[in-house]
Amino acid sequence: MSRIIEGLLYSESHEWVKVEGDLAIIGVSDFAQAEMGDITYVDLPSEGDEVQAGEEFGALESVKASSELYCPVSGTVEAVNEDLESAPEKVNEDAYAAWIIKVRMSDPAELEALMDAAAYEQAIK
Amino acid sequence: MRYYDKLIFELSRPGRSAFSLPSEAGSFKPTSGSIWRETPLDLPEVSEPDVVRHYTNLSQMNFGVDTGFYPLGSCTMKYNPKINEEIVSQFNGIHPLQPASTTEGVKAVYDFMDKALAEITGMKHFTFLPCAGAHGELTGLMLIREYHMSRGDSARTKIIVPDSAHGTNPASAAVCGLDVVVVKSRPDGLVDVEDLKPLLGPDIAGIMMTNPNTLGLFERDIKEIAELVHGCGGLLYYDGANMNPLLGVVRPGDMGFDVMHLNLHKTFSTPHGGGGPGSGPVGVSERLVHLLDKPRVSGFHGNFGVILRACAYILSLGRENIKLAGRLSTLAANYIKESLKDSFKLPIESVCKHEFVFDGLREAGEVTTLDVAKRLLDYGFHAPTIYFPLLFHQALMIEPTETESLQTLDEFIDVMHTIAKEASATPDLLKTAPHNTPIGRPDETTAARQPVLKYSRQ
Repeated sequence: MSRIIEGLLYSESHEWVKVEGDLAIIGVSDFAQAEMGDITYVDLPSEGDEVQAGEEFGALESVKASSELYCPVSGTVEAVNEDLESAPEKVNEDAYAAWIIKVRMSDPAELEALMDAAAYEQAIK
Repeated sequence: MRYYDKLIFELSRPGRSAFSLPSEAGSFKPTSGSIWRETPLDLPEVSEPDVVRHYTNLSQMNFGVDTGFYPLGSCTMKYNPKINEEIVSQFNGIHPLQPASTTEGVKAVYDFMDKALAEITGMKHFTFLPCAGAHGELTGLMLIREYHMSRGDSARTKIIVPDSAHGTNPASAAVCGLDVVVVKSRPDGLVDVEDLKPLLGPDIAGIMMTNPNTLGLFERDIKEIAELVHGCGGLLYYDGANMNPLLGVVRPGDMGFDVMHLNLHKTFSTPHGGGGPGSGPVGVSERLVHLLDKPRVSGFHGNFGVILRACAYILSLGRENIKLAGRLSTLAANYIKESLKDSFKLPIESVCKHEFVFDGLREAGEVTTLDVAKRLLDYGFHAPTIYFPLLFHQALMIEPTETESLQTLDEFIDVMHTIAKEASATPDLLKTAPHNTPIGRPDETTAARQPVLKYSRQ
């Protein structure tokens, strides 16, 4: 049974979002890391990149597969978690602690399209 | 199999060599110091017998279609007839830069292959430049883009790719500068025509499809899909990776495809997968044929040796027998599928073409598809493709090809049943497999996270 954290928002493509004002902190769900298996590489964007809701911003690679990361919101990448470059296993160890990027949102209304914890739990059943 | 795992560096002894050069060679001095290496070149110092034995021993550790059954799904590892090699050996002395007047035989091979592949596929003409499947995809997509651009239709920047597609399809599209739009599959594994309809419009360059698809299922709605895509002004690209079951039965051109590639190294029996280079000729329909008339980008016309082997294959089978290849590969795949579906989960109950996908064991417990694949090695078979396509979590994809005898298929089926029984009775045996190979189970995670790519002396 994969962990889901109350208070976060979730996308259909298994990213989570923690909202702090107009800053969105983004990672992948525990369900996603479990499905992927041991993560071996995290492909990160650069700080300052423009991202669009629903578009790719990076990728995860595991021994099983490679999977694109889709940005749940539009805006500018304000920070990337460079620790993941040398320690991709952090995503497996705690998917909710291992944030991937922080995005300064240009349209916070896009958050309304995301799921809350209860809806996401239904979605991955 | 004799166990051998030495590195050639471990055989090295100071001063040992297999050559002698004139002494003047050692007196060479560079005019400027800047191009001189700062550290000595660390090359192994070995004798000729050292080298020959080293690589001969390594080659005996290899597994290929010449050593055993190789049911690697999506790869069409059919037997490579030795007559192909015999024919190719007669062309060994030819050089790509020799005068055209002395290479009429080569030109005849290309002309014949153009006609033969056009007849087999229903395309108008082929270019033989692309050296592999993905190279063919990129070439084909560039032709599609050029077709639209040459008509002033410059807004077509999107390409539709099914969620079951080979990973190379979206990759080729991205390299070609096209945006990928994914169309979903229905529960029966085929492209969802209703999901496709709203995606179509004046921004669609085309759709890339594999038929049969990566689940080994024939896309029965292909006629309707072709009408819909053509209706919006788009073109249809056929990924020829799964052409084998259609040989002599159905033609991509008749299904409505405009551009396609063939993997000569799969469908037309030339060595691949480490055994030799590929060849991915691209065929086009009448409406794109003028785009092939542009000057060639290379004078060398692709991997001629592979094209020649494929030519030998087509001629040795002949028009009638080539029709058997597709039918027998389909029969072999369905025979294995039906024989094993009591032990392995068959997610889509249907007649397959040349390959099919199980979703792991029926009674799996803790045993995964990876464990089953590893255990197969203990029984002397190559593993099937695993964890592809991504539609099923424990995907195990089997493609036997038409070149295996009933005895080999039965032997494989027996072993797979045995492994299914072991999974229940002695799961640890599978979790720790393989046991009979020179190397057991490598730590793939550490190998991927901290790869050692270079030898360095301790």
